[in-house]
Amino acid sequence: MNDEAACVLFDPGHRACGGCAAAMAARFILDAAGKDTIVVSSTGCMEVFSTPYPETAWNVPWIHSLFENNSAVASGVVASLKKQGRKEKVIALGGDGATFDIGMLCLSGAFERGHDFTYICYDNEAYMNTGIQRSGATPYDASTTTSPAGSCSFGNSRPKKDLPMILAAHGAPYVATASIAYPPDLKKKVEKAINTPGPCYIQVHAPCCTGWGFEGEKTVAIGKLAIETGLWVNYEMEDGVVTKVKKVVRKPVEDYLVEQKRFRHLFKPKRNDAEIAKIQALADRNAEKFGIDIKLKK
Amino acid sequence: MAIGTGCSARPGKSRNNKTGSWRVFRPEFVHEKCTSCGMCRIICPEGCIGENEEGLPVPDYDYCKGCGLCAEECPSEAIEMKKEEK
Amino acid sequence: MLEITEGSHAVADAVGKCRPQVIAAYPITPQTHIVEALAEMVANCEIDAEYITVESEFSALSACLGASAAGSRVYSATTSQGLALMFEVCFNCAGMRLPVVMSIVNRALGAPLSIWNDQQDSISLRDSGWLQLYAEDNQEATDLHYLAYRVSEDHSILLPSFVCFDGFILSHTYEPVDTLTKEQADSYLPPFKPFQRLDAADPISFGLFAAPDYYMEFRYEIDQAAKKALSVIPKAGREFGELFGRDYSGLVEGYRMDDADCALVAMGSICGTVKDAIDEMRDAGKKVGLLKIRSFRPFPAEEVKKALSGVSRVAVLDKNISLGSKGAVALEIRDALYGSQTPVYDYIIALGGRDVRKKDIARVVSLAEEGKGDLFYGLRDEVLK
Repeated sequence: MNDEAACVLFDPGHRACGGCAAAMAARFILDAAGKDTIVVSSTGCMEVFSTPYPETAWNVPWIHSLFENNSAVASGVVASLKKQGRKEKVIALGGDGATFDIGMLCLSGAFERGHDFTYICYDNEAYMNTGIQRSGATPYDASTTTSPAGSCSFGNSRPKKDLPMILAAHGAPYVATASIAYPPDLKKKVEKAINTPGPCYIQVHAPCCTGWGFEGEKTVAIGKLAIETGLWVNYEMEDGVVTKVKKVVRKPVEDYLVEQKRFRHLFKPKRNDAEIAKIQALADRNAEKFGIDIKLKK
Repeated sequence: MAIGTGCSARPGKSRNNKTGSWRVFRPEFVHEKCTSCGMCRIICPEGCIGENEEGLPVPDYDYCKGCGLCAEECPSEAIEMKKEEK
Repeated sequence: MLEITEGSHAVADAVGKCRPQVIAAYPITPQTHIVEALAEMVANCEIDAEYITVESEFSALSACLGASAAGSRVYSATTSQGLALMFEVCFNCAGMRLPVVMSIVNRALGAPLSIWNDQQDSISLRDSGWLQLYAEDNQEATDLHYLAYRVSEDHSILLPSFVCFDGFILSHTYEPVDTLTKEQADSYLPPFKPFQRLDAADPISFGLFAAPDYYMEFRYEIDQAAKKALSVIPKAGREFGELFGRDYSGLVEGYRMDDADCALVAMGSICGTVKDAIDEMRDAGKKVGLLKIRSFRPFPAEEVKKALSGVSRVAVLDKNISLGSKGAVALEIRDALYGSQTPVYDYIIALGGRDVRKKDIARVVSLAEEGKGDLFYGLRDEVLK
């Protein structure tokens, strides 16, 4: 993989916040995919910060239509390329709101039809472009502007939708999760997805300093903590079977939670052991399901 | 037509927007400590860290927003964040 | 070659001969026969197209948008609720200047749910930037598809087109239609040449967002292109006439208008009934004519003004209603005639498939003569009590 290519295919001058994981994801994805790639973006942070007319940051062919239709637009692009005998790869890019929620119809349709494209969700776990509202990807107890913690609320009351499994159930040949905190792993998965015929899905954990409440310099550190606590699992599924999982020596979830303002209500004004325990249980369930724990010798 | 038909644009235009003006803290690269591991160049969200002839990292201050990720992640602590003087 | 065929099948035949490279469509009454016929053509390798069986009309047009941007001639068809579901994408296709052509088999919009004909669906997309052509019969519905591709793909236009024809009344009716041969079709409609396309060899970003410093300019250019179509449509229509003997150079078309005292104005299949009614009224000594609107977008205000300059009253038959205001066609006619003293009476008629007979047309003319207009024609008594 060539580091230089990233600079060439996704230009600086974009308007992402300092320390933006979505901007990192865009660079890593293009770095891995290369210049013969057509990107179909949904409306969202990444689209807005990279393409205020006429200042596009994209050096590959790129199209944005709507919030919820990138999979359908990608279907059309793929069909057109096929008809023309062209070989470019097609990547649909969307945030978690576009992917988990409003674009679900188009996404499901495109995966069921089996178009040869890769859908990559940069998952920052809320609607960030509109100012941090909850989505189907928002984790349990995260405080957002539409699921605020309050005197009778601990924040978002539902766990994250398991979208990778839903798409695997569509018969997707390759489904993976990744994190901007592990660029080589992410790039390898992108390469694998675009070279696998059929609809492939990658969900990239993209910690959002503005939306989650941490300093921009900590983006990678937060991403690592999500993995190290078991709240985010990096894995690959081929034809519906989990084939690879990143194993960790797990840390308690509060190491991750305490670093972010969206979970501050679990610690202040006083520590909420019951809720923290529920989140720990989610991590424990992940650990068991995916077998992520590295057992240390005593 | 003077404007890009169908809200289209040619590549390279975002470079007209010099995001270096956003910077509050400025990363200063201490090359003596640098091992040329490339971490800073990989993770920079702007992709604005290049390298000099010796393979040492050189930021493009036209675009560096001063987020501090490079300094935070540098395994050799070879990047120092200094208050920007304007 | 003259064939007696169902409207939908005649249209599908024409669409096939337009050589769309990507078709994306979703079933909906009364449009379904078109996309079934096209699917059959694809299945039998009669046309060389990718056919995407999308999960919704919203995705149908989204897929067309993507395929068009990637450099293919595209086609879809819909009606009513399906078109309403496409609303957002419609504005996008026009804004991104993609020459998509879509058949609109006109049908009422719910609620109440109705599968029957009126023109509320396409009229509701009036402001979307799509060109809107309305057909009176199946021959015209068929021919307008060739015309629409020619005009939409013209690099001075680059706007999508609706070819509108009335659901059931035309789509499910067998009429004799003169179908073009493939060679004839090719002689009129050249292969698609995209103005720009998604291409790794020459990357371009499509569909950027515009801040207040640019948004108005993009909207201005769409409007300019639509107005440019006022000259491009007649040219393309004239050429069609020169090649095949059926002339579509008129954005509007007059019928017995030369000495008309009262002009009826209408769009679509109702024009056939109106013509028959006019013949009868003429026989009875009434000077009545018809001004048929073929192009509703762009709206040919100058042609309308000229055509109606000699009449003393105008009766507009609107198969749509801008609720709380008037019928959309009447509003346009009044605007076109602004400053003249000619009264324009609006009649909301035939909504949700209510039948219109010749005697209804005669009654409308009488109402106009009595100075009674701006009403729903033929309502049941119980709502008037």
